Amino acid sequence: MYNPQLNKDGELTHLLSIEGLPQRILTQILDTAASFMEVSARDVKKVPLLRGKSVFNLFFENSTRTRTTFEIAAKRLSADVINLDINKSSASKGETLLDTIDNLCAMHANLFVVRHASSGAPYLIAEHLHKVGRDDIHVVNAGDGRHAHPTQGLLDMYTIRHYKKDFSQLRVAIVGDILHSRVARSDIHALTTLGVPEVRAIGPETLLPKHLDKLGVHVFHDMNEGLKDCDVVIMLRLQNERMTGALLPSAGEYFRHYGLTPQKLALAKPDAIVMHPGPMNRGVEIHSAVADGPQAVILPQVTFGIAVRMAVMSIVAGN
Amino acid sequence: MSPLANPLPDAEAQCRQLADLIRPHLHRNPALIGIYSGGAWIAERLKELLSLPEDIGLIDVSFYRDDFAEKGLHPQVKPTVIPFDVEGRHLILVDDVLYTGRTTRAALNELFDYGRPASVSMAVLADRGGRELPIGAAYCVWDVDLSDGQNLVLVRNADGQLAWRLENV
Repeated sequence: MYNPQLNKDGELTHLLSIEGLPQRILTQILDTAASFMEVSARDVKKVPLLRGKSVFNLFFENSTRTRTTFEIAAKRLSADVINLDINKSSASKGETLLDTIDNLCAMHANLFVVRHASSGAPYLIAEHLHKVGRDDIHVVNAGDGRHAHPTQGLLDMYTIRHYKKDFSQLRVAIVGDILHSRVARSDIHALTTLGVPEVRAIGPETLLPKHLDKLGVHVFHDMNEGLKDCDVVIMLRLQNERMTGALLPSAGEYFRHYGLTPQKLALAKPDAIVMHPGPMNRGVEIHSAVADGPQAVILPQVTFGIAVRMAVMSIVAGN
Repeated sequence: MSPLANPLPDAEAQCRQLADLIRPHLHRNPALIGIYSGGAWIAERLKELLSLPEDIGLIDVSFYRDDFAEKGLHPQVKPTVIPFDVEGRHLILVDDVLYTGRTTRAALNELFDYGRPASVSMAVLADRGGRELPIGAAYCVWDVDLSDGQNLVLVRNADGQLAWRLENV
């Protein structure tokens, strides 16, 4: 099957989605990230891999954490980083996405980090670069619509491997607004590819996509049932900005049923870890006592995210 | 340069000879840093043979290589581990084979991101010539002549013993 992320030798040249990537590439990224963790612990937190290369952060949608960690990651690889504030740029004057890309190519861009509200925008860019003969320029998806957020998925996998060592015995629950969540989609594909035997999705019917079972996911509407004996609990943010129509009665009602409280967490395994991609809505999907508690690994996730993004950028830029 | 011996020399015996070459310089309290993977094994041996109390450093130069643009990132990068402060120390960089000198250059660049050592010298089991940079080994037990198509590779057998293997590329 043609996969626009891979070159003819099967190596990663763009990171657009975790779906369709073989296990060996996911493992290579996680292993490489482990080496970059050591770089981030040094006094001089820099390696010369991308020296002289230009990384363009193209964020057509707001983000603080992801944009900042991509910027730090690129700088630690010695790249020059250009952040484009798209709201203030030509897009608001009517320039098309691909015209913007052509102009940035003329400025000798080497790598685009793209966040876009439309699913598939990074694909469109990668395809366009191929058409105009610029296979030397790489695209990393930093979140597209509801579709995928592959670096978040990978940093989640890094976090799980860091604390649980091995994927082959785990029970992982993803809780909340899975319908609107590109993180959930990337996590599900990554967990399945890495051999996690049981992936659970917990949420109200209105916030779960249909056909989740076709991805091998066990669906629960009752949080108390779904959390039972889990090793990993991934909480999702209630995405107010993506919510259209009456999917939920109220945030308070949601918290009563699906908010992670210490009492509900006690149903999972005693050594279960709690993850959240951020930004958190305290008191909506997660209780502060859990978010700040000993089982939360939410801040380590952010740190791991830098190493994972360094790994992704250095691998694609080298292929 | 001696022509290639057949069979290949005993790598374990060469480690002992290398330790003997370094022993007279131990008053400088040198710290060992092995370059993955062969150099790391040799540095482990040297630590035992020289009864050094300090853990060795391990270095993977993948992030500092000068052929990244042609070859990309090595698929199996290992974390560099320097368990001591390099500032002001006499360092001995350990590798299996010294050839073009480019790996050594990359290792030096990486080391200097950790601090400013008092000195860095190089210890290798084999020097096959063919240098492309002004780099040399202070300690070397085997000068060997190889053709361009040959590769000398240090392997660790199932019983943990180090041995040489000749590969034609």
